[in-house]
Amino acid sequence: MIEYLLFLALLVALAWPLGRYLAAVMRGAPMRSDALFQWIERPLYALLGARPEAGMSWRGYAGAFLLSNLVLAVVVWIIFMTQAWLPLNPDGIPNMSWDLALHTMVSFLTNTNQQHYSGQAQLSYLSQMTGIVGLQVVTPIVALAVACATLRGLFGGRARLEGAPLSASIDVGNYWVDVIRAAVRFVLPLCLVWSSLLVWQGVPATLASGPETVPLETLNLSANPSAANEITTTETLATQKIPLGPVAPMVAIKQLGSNGGGWYGPNSTVPLENPTPFSNFLEVLGIALIPVSIIFMIGPFTGRQRFGVMVFGTMLTLSVISTSLAMWSESWSGTSADLALMEGKEVRLGAEASALWGATTTQINNGSVNMMMDSSAPLTGLVAITNMLINAIWGGIGCGIQQFIVYLLLAVFLAGLMTGRTPELFGRKIEAPEVRLLAILVLWQPLVLLFFTAVTLAVPGITGNSNPSFHGISQVFYEYVSAFANNGSGFEGLGDATLWWNVSCAFVLAAGRFPALVIPLAIAAMLAAKRQAPEGSGTLQIETPTFALVLMGIVLILTLLQFMPVLVLGPIADHLSLTSILAQ
Amino acid sequence: MSDIRSGHDVKAALVDSFVKLAPQHAIKNPVMALVWAGTLVTALASLLGWSSPGFGWAVTLILFVTVLFANFAEAIAEARGRGQAASLRRARKDLVARRLDKAGKETSLPAAELRPGDLVVVEEGQLVPADGEIIEGMATINEAAVTGESAPVLREAGTDRSGVIGGTKVLSDRIVVRVTAEPGSSFLDRMIALVEGSNRQKTPNEVALGILLAIMTLTFLIVVVSLPFIAGFVGVKTDLVLLVALLVCLIPTTIGGLLPAIGIAGMNRALKANVLAKSGKAVEVAGDVDVLLLDKTGTITHGDRQATAFHTLAGVDAAQLRQAALLASLADPTPEGKSIVKLARERNEKITEPEGSHFVAFSAQSRMSGVDLADGRTIRKGAMDSIVHHAQRLGGHIPQELEVRVAEVARKGATPLVVSEGRHILGVIELSDVIKHGIKERFARLRAMGIKTVMITGDNPLTAANIAAEAGVDDYIAEARPEDKLARIRSEQQEGRLVAMVGDGTNDAPALAQADIGLAMNSGTQAAREAGNMVDLDSDPTKLLQVVEIGKQQLITRGALTTFSLANDVSKYFAILPALFAAAIPQMAVLNVMQLASPESAVLSALIFNAIIIPLLVPLALRGVRFKPASATELLRNNMLIYGAGGIVLPFIAIKIIDVLVSSLFIV
Repeated sequence: MIEYLLFLALLVALAWPLGRYLAAVMRGAPMRSDALFQWIERPLYALLGARPEAGMSWRGYAGAFLLSNLVLAVVVWIIFMTQAWLPLNPDGIPNMSWDLALHTMVSFLTNTNQQHYSGQAQLSYLSQMTGIVGLQVVTPIVALAVACATLRGLFGGRARLEGAPLSASIDVGNYWVDVIRAAVRFVLPLCLVWSSLLVWQGVPATLASGPETVPLETLNLSANPSAANEITTTETLATQKIPLGPVAPMVAIKQLGSNGGGWYGPNSTVPLENPTPFSNFLEVLGIALIPVSIIFMIGPFTGRQRFGVMVFGTMLTLSVISTSLAMWSESWSGTSADLALMEGKEVRLGAEASALWGATTTQINNGSVNMMMDSSAPLTGLVAITNMLINAIWGGIGCGIQQFIVYLLLAVFLAGLMTGRTPELFGRKIEAPEVRLLAILVLWQPLVLLFFTAVTLAVPGITGNSNPSFHGISQVFYEYVSAFANNGSGFEGLGDATLWWNVSCAFVLAAGRFPALVIPLAIAAMLAAKRQAPEGSGTLQIETPTFALVLMGIVLILTLLQFMPVLVLGPIADHLSLTSILAQ
Repeated sequence: MSDIRSGHDVKAALVDSFVKLAPQHAIKNPVMALVWAGTLVTALASLLGWSSPGFGWAVTLILFVTVLFANFAEAIAEARGRGQAASLRRARKDLVARRLDKAGKETSLPAAELRPGDLVVVEEGQLVPADGEIIEGMATINEAAVTGESAPVLREAGTDRSGVIGGTKVLSDRIVVRVTAEPGSSFLDRMIALVEGSNRQKTPNEVALGILLAIMTLTFLIVVVSLPFIAGFVGVKTDLVLLVALLVCLIPTTIGGLLPAIGIAGMNRALKANVLAKSGKAVEVAGDVDVLLLDKTGTITHGDRQATAFHTLAGVDAAQLRQAALLASLADPTPEGKSIVKLARERNEKITEPEGSHFVAFSAQSRMSGVDLADGRTIRKGAMDSIVHHAQRLGGHIPQELEVRVAEVARKGATPLVVSEGRHILGVIELSDVIKHGIKERFARLRAMGIKTVMITGDNPLTAANIAAEAGVDDYIAEARPEDKLARIRSEQQEGRLVAMVGDGTNDAPALAQADIGLAMNSGTQAAREAGNMVDLDSDPTKLLQVVEIGKQQLITRGALTTFSLANDVSKYFAILPALFAAAIPQMAVLNVMQLASPESAVLSALIFNAIIIPLLVPLALRGVRFKPASATELLRNNMLIYGAGGIVLPFIAIKIIDVLVSSLFIV
């Protein structure tokens, strides 16, 4: 509890100034640090052939975003499939199969980091540094850029927001400028600080091959869950190779960039990735830092402070509720007494720290874990799944705002009708064309998730999970929800490195990422082109507790209505049956 | 709406409910079409014995009734419109016209053969054969057939009140009318089409909401279709009839069934308020209005100056001025003169006109009027300069005070009228434009809704400011020319506001056309009526307030019922999911929070609730959610508490009660 409060306080204290700084970066206004950064940025603009002053229409912006993603996709996919022949492979790791490479590439391209491979064993240093770390740096930044463009659209375009010259089409900003400024001035410096702190705590950072050591106690090794994946048989294990690498920088961006794909397969449960309680705290703080900073950015970026406050207040309320539920479920619920649930949790971190991480990582769509979600109490799993279905309690970098805007538009539509006016957001009317796009997103999530969950569960040959019964439903559903939310955490216990899982997840990953980023941008640009009505006493005020409550109600009811049956058959039935077993 | 007719309406609507089962009609409403399809599926399942027959047929029956209820809701709204249309049609029938040709010769012909531009003669006791404009003469006309208002109205050529409507009756005099409407597109024809809803277009908000409802329906279809595959993994066999029941419970049938009725009812309510909207969209847009522009004359004020006070000069008895003013006005036929008499009588002046007095009428030369009494007294009233001139000529002395008094009156925005007796100046009569009764309250109500009122007047700024303050308008344009109205509307629109304009004169027509909502007075000119998108049959400019409320009510009703419909799903899940899995997963019994008797009774209760809520809410859909002006946040809070929170709680209670009834009926 104290850790949670400390976490919240420190988070706000850091995110506030960072958010103001980020707003200045993204507005593109002159800054004192211009002289320092411009000598890095100018050559990059020249290299990309970008004209920093030229704005883009939403189509141009979305096009640049999708094109840059396509280029990255092809390059990384090829590297994964040919890594054995490429340099920086001291451990002689073989090429990846096409489907595993596809899944891994899409997973990292969508800022998800769902891992069907086990990091240290199947990727060369080159693959890790380009495909993994490279994408981990780039993907949160491009999403942040799209979110900023969307915010510009909602407030009438860059011309109205930043005084850029008026043009015929709505100017939502320049994609390349947004990406480069965010990277050079914000994300990379922050990563540098974080990785230094982690190195100080003992996280490795080296390009040398790892040392071979003799285990202290050969027979007891199998009881160590963090190394369990490496052990095939206990007899052969006379010596153990300790895998090292540039872990600290990767862990820094993994946490900060709402990525979550660990250097090591078992992620931050491994002592080498998360050595001390302080490193654990740093890492959980890192998950939330940039997403929350972005929320603090909204006010100064759009010039409408109270809107930023409303978004922050709404997200904080949902976050506190969800985190409290998870901590309650792990420590006090009917199933928390089950000692078997400690299997898969780090004893040294304990149930409460695990719950905090579990709730935070799913609210933020980070997906790094410090326990195996499979081992959490069923209701914690329910909270985690709900967090990811909502995907806007902070949400991932960029994606969080986009998803929040979708909920905001829905709530404004319904609430607008209830106040007797054609619904309008910031003075611009939400009409049939916008609702049509919004409707696509509302339908898309249940369509994709329930289709793949149903198919996977109905065909026994492809399910591949370790648990029968309700827990098995939770595992499969969790995997797709995690993919769609671009979260990347796994319920684990799923034999997911198969062709079906790789290909279906790759599709779900992309389905969850690109429409959710681009469609709100399109809606915002459509709104920007409309006549803006000044706000009067008859207009719906969205920056009020009443509206925030309505918004939260709509988020919760919409999510629960769409997924109630599968949640009942999964985690809830799991909880009920476990309770009844425990009662006997 | 009489009770006898509503009994007839219900019968007609019941028949229509079955007629609307036809596929080509059913498909227009995707939500209800799915329920209809579900009915057929459960019927088939029961026929083939896939489900226990008693339960299967019971579900089928309830689903069928649900579809009928939704059809009934639409039919009753239409039936009410048709009732109004029928009485209008009677007015249109068998009109005969007396057409004048160029030589002035009359020919009789059926009204349907009239073309725009034709001249017709209408005399006392005859019906006006077509819409048109009086070009000669004046007449009192009874428009009850169209407006329902039995008090006759005066229509006169060459004024702002020159328009006549086909089907109305001339009560006195003879007029020549130039026909302005094509046969079949007259006022009456359009009105009939509108109330019958035959050319009803969905409004933009209705379209947007329709998309959202269709998507929610599709979403729930996906949820239900995927369910058996997911449940199959844990060995649960799901019953087809139960799945259809779950689907019907989840999709927004309440709002889906009532949506058409809400739209039709909105038009009918506008019509009941005697406002003829040219489209449903116009009514809805009225709910969004930000600024209301209205002419001062005839809307805010009565439009003629009336005496409101006597100001006596020093040394003059108050009664002397009153008597003089009264005597000077007794024979004065102008409205000003009459109002002076009225004011003096109100102040208990009982004097009557003495024998042998001679009235001096107003002339352009003297610019004053008055009376010469038999006893030699000469009383005059008029503008200051003419009376001063008159008194000086008689050798009178002009007190300094006069100028001060006159300036005082003028500063208030009123017109000073100076009264003299012989060569003595007695005092000043204050003539001012009187604000209509109750207008201030109506503006306050508009302000509470967030609508700004702007008064347009030809008066000088001083007068305008006074009247504006007295009437409680937010802003005014003084010394306005017709083009100023247009300019103001354009500038408000440029700033993003939605503007409503109320007007009646021909020079209002461009402004009425430019405004987002143009409410023309029925008494106004044909040009004004054509330019506006609404006509007020009562010619009451503040009627806009009612239209705004109807527009808002319509949106709120849709929003509220959508919220209610979706909120209901929570409890339905708690009723049906445990029932669906109870047999296979005994632990699910915990979720049966309502303690419903059996899985079958739970499903039937949820379905019955789902069906009967539609007719129960029909009165609400027709009447509209209650609306009282309040801030948007307050409205949102209240409506969310009633329809959102209420929508979650109510069905828990209702389903439980129905379950008790159902289980006792079936088990006993």
